[in-house]
Order: sequence, then structure tokens, then C-alpha cells
Amino acid sequence: MKILMLGWELPPHNSGGLGVACYHLSKALADEGVSIDFVVPYTAPHDDITFMNVRHATHYSPLHKFGMGAYTTDTEIIEGETATTEEHPGSIRSLQKKYTRYVESLTETEHYDAIHAHDWLTAEAGMRAKELFNVPLVIHVHATEFDRAGGSSGNPVIHEIEYQGLMMADRIIAVSDITKRIIVEKYGIPEDKVDVVHNAIDTTSFDSSYVYDQRTYKYVETLKKDGYTVISAITRLTIQKGLTFLMEAFAKATTKHEKLVLLLAGDGEQRDELIRLAAKYGVSDKVLFTGFVRGKQLRDAYSATDIFVLSSISEPFGLTALEAAHHNTALIMTKQSGVSEVLNSIFTYDFWDTDKLADQLVGIAKSDALRSSLEKNVLHEYTRISWTDIAKKCIHNYKAPSLATNFEGVYA
Amino acid sequence: MSKQAITLYMHVHQPFRIREYTVFDTSLNHNYFEETDYFSQHNNERIFHKVADKSYRPMNALLKKLLDEHPEFKVSLSITGTFIEQARAWAPDVLQDFKDLVDTGRVEIVAETYYHSLAFFYSREEFVNQVEAHKQLIRDTFGVETRVFRNTELSYNDSLAQWADEYGFEGILAEGWDPILEWRSPNFVYRPEGTKNIKLLMKNYKLSDDLAFRFSNQAWEEWPLTADKYESWTTSAMEGQSTLNLFMDYETFGEHQWEDTGIFEFFDEFVKRWLSSPDRTFYTATEAVRNSEPVGTISMPHTVTWADSERDLTAWLGNDMQQEALRYLYELETPVLETGDIELIGDWRKLQTSDHSYYMCTKWFTDGDVHAYFSPYNSPYDAFLYFMNALRDLRFRLAEVQAQQEEK
Repeated sequence: MKILMLGWELPPHNSGGLGVACYHLSKALADEGVSIDFVVPYTAPHDDITFMNVRHATHYSPLHKFGMGAYTTDTEIIEGETATTEEHPGSIRSLQKKYTRYVESLTETEHYDAIHAHDWLTAEAGMRAKELFNVPLVIHVHATEFDRAGGSSGNPVIHEIEYQGLMMADRIIAVSDITKRIIVEKYGIPEDKVDVVHNAIDTTSFDSSYVYDQRTYKYVETLKKDGYTVISAITRLTIQKGLTFLMEAFAKATTKHEKLVLLLAGDGEQRDELIRLAAKYGVSDKVLFTGFVRGKQLRDAYSATDIFVLSSISEPFGLTALEAAHHNTALIMTKQSGVSEVLNSIFTYDFWDTDKLADQLVGIAKSDALRSSLEKNVLHEYTRISWTDIAKKCIHNYKAPSLATNFEGVYA
Repeated sequence: MSKQAITLYMHVHQPFRIREYTVFDTSLNHNYFEETDYFSQHNNERIFHKVADKSYRPMNALLKKLLDEHPEFKVSLSITGTFIEQARAWAPDVLQDFKDLVDTGRVEIVAETYYHSLAFFYSREEFVNQVEAHKQLIRDTFGVETRVFRNTELSYNDSLAQWADEYGFEGILAEGWDPILEWRSPNFVYRPEGTKNIKLLMKNYKLSDDLAFRFSNQAWEEWPLTADKYESWTTSAMEGQSTLNLFMDYETFGEHQWEDTGIFEFFDEFVKRWLSSPDRTFYTATEAVRNSEPVGTISMPHTVTWADSERDLTAWLGNDMQQEALRYLYELETPVLETGDIELIGDWRKLQTSDHSYYMCTKWFTDGDVHAYFSPYNSPYDAFLYFMNALRDLRFRLAEVQAQQEEK
């Protein structure tokens, strides 16, 4: 079986979890004997990827430096905002058109059994490929515009593309029940066209020689020795992540239990607002902003953490929670986070319920027994799903009869 | 009737800007102020050299020339401790120039806090420590005593004047702000409310700011300002009045108003014209207070500064970040001083320099007047984060020193 995978990024040229998920999914599919052409919209070496054929739709360098990563916010997609040049891809819309044209060019030489497209970014290319290759289109939804907008209405252009893609797809894979509900309720897609396939974590991908370096966050380690509990959010600092609620809850928690420190690892457009809020609540000296971290600084941030909070207003999955679990942390997450569907030994709260979160933070901080129970028990849960299981579910979806050739459809 | 006199007072200061001091430096690297990248915007040495070339050296040369040519010409300067430390390290010739000026006997040094801090508003004890440290530094460096006081950013209120009176200063400087003066003129000497001996010199901000802010502004209806025109303004402002207080930053000459605006030639020419009449002269700040009796009492219960249209401290203490940062900083006073650790105390005091909180000012977000607030950082939020990381490191060092001292 040969499939055309339409993606936006792969590690190490990724700006977030989409690239990581695509990498592990493709690797597991290859292990199941699937041959994959994976298209990315940029040109950069992916020398360590030998299990599939990575194709480059344009000659531009990786896109997060143009603000066109997988997490583009709606202000950046206005067409014609930036002129296209040899060095600069212009707007994300013009880049998507180039991407689609590249996919069209593949019809001359290639043949596929199915198209697997990820998110709205490649939905148009996916629809065009379905038309040209006349094979089933599977759209894999890692996040919808409703999630990215974090409660506001989102960008109408993206909504339109997302809607068309979901309508035209033969099968839809959603990364959580929460995401499936959005697809069904907000876009009116028939429920039985959508499969929930939760993400997994590949623990073998973690460098086994890794040893936590206490010097990376030496100040934090000093506080820990002094009895402080380290609460972390390791995330983009953006409205979707609900961090203003976390800040408020943290401030409330410090009035009950003084020895708390909040580590915010990541960067984003909401940073300044969060700094202002911390000062307003009078907790600036207990809030640490690291800026963007990757590699060792990122892993050490997990290791330095006692309580990991996923505070998202709307989180289709939330792979970072599984990474945090791997590094021995107690987990608190919003009920609006998809990953909460696959874990049991966690605390959950509604994203707006700062009293409840504050209470949970203090409760864990005050009880070593509670904290160690949470840490230990979640270790048995976070690897229950494997990428091999996910790959098998995807293969099942590739075999769905194309709606283009059979309007009756077995799923209708 | 005594002569009409101009009291020209200029402020000389450089802060130790904080480098991009991150979470990853905190508790590991205790160097907050030395930026290794010479071309960085926070490299204090590079900035000092730049301002020295544009302002300190040419203005020192001009003042020396004017002092040589005109026996009546006099100037008062306040020079901060952090400036003198930097000049010693990076431009000893600039410091020597200042010494030569003071050696003429016609350049007075005005007292202030060593660290150009807002300590008066947080800790009277620390404030006095810094005033005395500055007095001593001036004594050691220039061999002169200070007799007139100015507080950081010309911040002033009645209780400051009462303190300075009891301390023994003969004069104190303040902004001649209209809502305070009402119908009165800044061109007289006043007595601060609740004081016995000290006299108050108030800045004539209109004529001062004509030079400091407006001189090169081509959109200003009076541009270009000639020595001739400025002399006619000062003459009419001084009619029947005794002393004109022109207060400004030293960097007005060459840095705020670049050399090519003609500011140096203008000033040279103006001094010559002003002194062309035998009825007119220049005073040092001490002469100004000694040669006149107060014409009335001025009360400023609330703090007034020379900054912004509000003339208050909101550029330094106006937002939550600034208030938090300084609260945390001054909370460390007692434990830091108790260690007696010279380096720790020195860094704690360098963090008190008011420029740090000025860089955290967000007023321009609403004013839209970005250029009114010069900052070496990308945003006030960056300034705040670097400051807080340094402050946390200071706490870490404090705990270490305390632990060592307990062992002994």
C-alpha cells in the first residue's frame, strides 16, 4: 500500500506537536509495511528519516521563521500581506497554493492508494489530490480553528477551508472525543464519518542517555531544596492555552501555600499580558519566564517540574502532558483537553475554574503522598496507547471506499 | 540692587544597564551588568564611549573655553556615583576634564544620591547612606564640599526639603511647576514649607526646555532658535526678577541635541551676549541661595518631578511591574546590609538606579509616544524580566552568604 501524506512540518523543523505526531505516525505506518510519500512545504534536510520519502513542495527554508508554522494565528493569513519573493514565501495562502500545485505535479509520475492530509493547512491540497488520483481522502484533525481561536470566533477563511475539507473527506480522524464533538457539532459532519484516534507517545524516542542537569534551572532547584513546589506550563504563550486563568489560580494558591513557584517555559504573543498579570497579582518574584526552549532546556524543564498544568481553553489532544508524565510529574489538566480522555491518575478542572485549580495546586503541594501517588500511577497509564495501534486504525481508514466513486458508501 | 543672574545646572548620569539576564543565568552567573557583546544595546561601556564622544568631551571643552573667556561664567553640575565609576573605568580623560572644570572654582558640584535612586520614597536610612556616599565620593574625586541638594529626576516634596534643611543643606532644587507656583514666578528664591534655613531654587521649565527638548524641533514655530532670540526671551522673563534657573541634562548638549543642530555654537554665543551687559552674571547654585532672600513660602505636599507632562513619578512607579520590582528590591535592605558583603551590597544598590524602573514604563503604550522613553530593551516587559531574574539571583547570593556567615 502506498499513501500520499500531506504534512506541514517534521522534526527538527517543527514549531510544535503536529510535526512530532506526523513523524511517529509515519514511522509506525512504515513498520506496518505502508510506503509513504510525505510532502512538506519547505526544503531542509531530513537525513535521519529513512523509512519514508520526504518531498519538498517549495525551496523555502522551514516556515516558522516566516510566522507560517503549523500554529499560524489568523492575523497572519491575510492574502497578499507580504510580497512573495525568491527568499520569502509571501502569505501563507500563496504558500498553500504552491503546495497544491506541487501535489498536482505528482500525478505525472506517481500512484497512491490513499491521501492522508493533516489539518486545514493541507486540506485544499488533499481535496485536489483526491480529485486527481481518484482515491480516498483521510483528513486527520489535530486542531480546529475553534481550538486555535481560544473562545473567539476564529478566522472565516480558515473555517471555510476546514469545512470544505471535512465535507470532501472520505474519512476523518480526530485526535480526541473533544475534537470529534467540535467536528460534528460545529461543522455538522455525520458522526459515523469521524474516528477518534488518540495520539501516543513513543518513549523510545527519548534519548535514554539523558540525565537531568540540575544546573540548567539552578535557581529553581535551590527553591526546591528550600521546600518549594515547582508548577510548570510548557507551552506556547497564547490565548488558546488558558494561561491567564492559570496565573490567577497560581496567585490564589500562593495565599494558601507560600512556597510555590511557576515556571512558564515557552514564548508567544501573550507573554507581556502574563507578565503584567503576575505583577498585578503581586507574584512576579514567583513566576519565571524562560522564553522559547528546546533540546536540553526543554527536557530539563520537565524534569524540574513537580506539577505540570495543561490549562488550555480548548486542547484537541495535548501531547506535552504525556511527555510530562514520562518525567515523573503530577498532572493537572482542563476538562477541555483531549489527553485527559486517556489518563486516570490526574486532576482535572474546567479552564475557567481558578478556585478549583488553586485548591488542587495547594493540595498536591502540601501532600508528598498525593504527589508521589499521582506521579507513580500515571506512569502506568501514559503509554497504554502505542503508535502501532494508531497506524493500524489509519490503515483501516485508508481502505474506506472513496465517496467519489461510490456515493452510497458503506458508512452512510 | 544685585545683578540679574542665570543659575545653570546640569545633570550628569549613566546607569549600569542590566544585560539580557535570563532564568538560565539565575544562581549560576552573578554578573548582571557586563554585557560581553560589545555591540549590544546594553553594553554600558559602548554607550559610555558613544555619549562621551558626542556630549561629554565637546561640552567639557566648551565649558572650559567659556570659563577661560568669561570670569563671570559659572556652572553647577550634579554627577552621579555610577557615572564616576564608569568614567574611571572607561574614560579617565572625561573625569579629568570635569576635575579641571571644578578646579577653576567656578563650577559647583550639587549633591544627590550616589546611585541616582528613588530611595527617598522607600527607605530614609538607605537614602541618607547614598547621599553621604555621594558626598564622600565628590570630596575624594574633586576635593570640594556639596552644599545644595537635588533628588533623582528633580523629585521633590515638603518632607524632602525638611530633611535637607535639618541635614544642613543651604539650598535645594525643584521643578517650577505652574500648578504649584500659581501666580508666582520661578525666577525668585523661595523658602520650602516647614523649614528654617534652606532655600528653594525652582526650574524655569519654559526657558530650560526650549533648549533641552525643543531646540532642534523643526516643527516648532520658533525654530531655528538663535542666541539673539533666546537672549530677548530671557531678558523679558527676567524683568524685575533676580535669578533665572536653567536646569537640564548635561547630554542636552551633543546627545539630545546633536552637534549638527548648532547647539554648541548657540550656547557659546548666548553666554557671550548675556555677559555683554555689566548688570548680568551667572551664579553657582550656592551663590544663588546666598545672594537672595526668600520672597515667600512654597508648599509641595505631593511629589513633583521634572518628567513628562504630569511632572510626577509615574514614569518610574506608575505600573504594577515597577511597584513590584522596587518593593521586592527594598525588602532586601536589612538582610543585604547585615551581611556586610561589599559586592552584594554594591549590586543591590546598582539595581536601585531609577533607570531600571524607567525602562519598565508602559505609559507610551497609551501615549503612542514611543520616542519619549528611550530604552535599551525591546519592551518594558523584557526590562522587567531581566530585572526580576537579577533580583532573584541576588536573593540566592544573599542566602549563600548568610549560610556561610552562620557557619563561622
